[in-house]
Amino acid sequence: MKLDTSGLESSAPLFGSSNELIDGISAGPSFEIPDTMDFDGFQKEAVQMVKPAKGTTTLAFIFKEGVMVAADSRASMGGYISSQSVKKIIEINPYMLGTMAGGAADCQFWHRNLGIKCRLHELANKRRISVTGASKLLANILFSYRGMGLSVGTMIAGWDETGPGLYYVDSEGGRLKGTRFSVGSGSPYAYGVLDNGYRYDMSIEEAAELARRAIYHATFRDAASGGVASVYYVGPDGWKKLSGDDVGELHYKYYPVMPSTVEQEMVEVAGA
Amino acid sequence: MECVFGLVGEGFAVVAADTSAVHSILVHKSNEDKIMVLDSHKLIAASGEPGDRVQFTEYIQKNVALYQFRNGIPLTTAAAANFTRGELATALRKNPYSVNILLAGYDKETGPALYYIDYIATLHKVDKGAFGYGSYFSLSTMDRHYHSRMSVEEAIDLVDKCIVEIRSRLVVAPPNFVIKIVDKDGAREYAWRETVKDSIASSA
Repeated sequence: MKLDTSGLESSAPLFGSSNELIDGISAGPSFEIPDTMDFDGFQKEAVQMVKPAKGTTTLAFIFKEGVMVAADSRASMGGYISSQSVKKIIEINPYMLGTMAGGAADCQFWHRNLGIKCRLHELANKRRISVTGASKLLANILFSYRGMGLSVGTMIAGWDETGPGLYYVDSEGGRLKGTRFSVGSGSPYAYGVLDNGYRYDMSIEEAAELARRAIYHATFRDAASGGVASVYYVGPDGWKKLSGDDVGELHYKYYPVMPSTVEQEMVEVAGA
Repeated sequence: MECVFGLVGEGFAVVAADTSAVHSILVHKSNEDKIMVLDSHKLIAASGEPGDRVQFTEYIQKNVALYQFRNGIPLTTAAAANFTRGELATALRKNPYSVNILLAGYDKETGPALYYIDYIATLHKVDKGAFGYGSYFSLSTMDRHYHSRMSVEEAIDLVDKCIVEIRSRLVVAPPNFVIKIVDKDGAREYAWRETVKDSIASSA
């Protein structure tokens, strides 16, 4: 019986020139190793390559009447705009919203999963889950996957027995309770407008306008944000979508084209 | 940029921590309480990666509470510190936690104590300790002015000296600090030192 010894054959001789000792004896099984000098670092690099930058602008804030949540709708893959109509505000259940920043699939899947867990909680305990509880559920799940390349930067906004609630949860395992948050590459721009215009006692219309304006300004300056500025309101009866305006149109609404003096004008040259 | 420091005085231990939750250049929150009340007479001041910090300190807190339920008596500060260090050490070679901890406690028999536990599971019982970039400024300030058996007023004064030094010398200094104290009457919040106020101060 001929035995299959192909596994014992080495792919290449260990030394360039043949040696009398080595001739006729296989040099031992070998396997492919990654083509890198930094053995430990290359794995981290591979995870980082898959991890997309959080190219988006989302924001949420608590005010007297409840919680206002707003987001843009652009999805970008590097320099390519892959979509201008992404739903970045995810409806977890009728009284809780989640925002999407980071990996779209990660956010959608884990928010849907959170919705399932919240419903199971309701069925098991005969009462709705609090925003604190829901955000903690999500934070614990994301913490258990830390280092594995999930990219989620989300805000959980809702109304429960204690009133309005807002939490920031991310894939590093961080969870923060707060009154004003903005997440994504456009968030510093949004903070600039939001912090300045914020007051606790605003009406719903004023708050919606502030949210819309902050998203617009972020999309103006940040290349990775754009599309449609959606604004949602979460009140004691649950969430309600208030508006969805194209930011291009918002630009001309806020900064209409003014007739201005002509500085230089090209004129026809008379004759040759 | 997280600053945590603490010291032991006459019959008490005091810890102070900054209250900024930061993500690269963005300050998400400037009133995040990083000093957890472990049990009635223990405080854990933690700094490090946000997920690790909360998850690990809550894990320690629940296990300390479980011990008390099971055995009817609370853990001593030394036992809690050694337990914390043990958990960090076990996780170190597999799934390490990036958290630095100052554990302050008061026991009836042994008095106040402060334990320095860093992210690679080093454990030291100390009179004064500090973590983070702020340690470069607060350690020498504490070394200069500390003496054993300081009164509460002297100790808070020294903490304020450190905060002033951090605020003036650290390039991206955190605006707000929280100070907590533990003595025979228990662990409690002592004061906040704020330069930036949120319009509604909501703490985690």
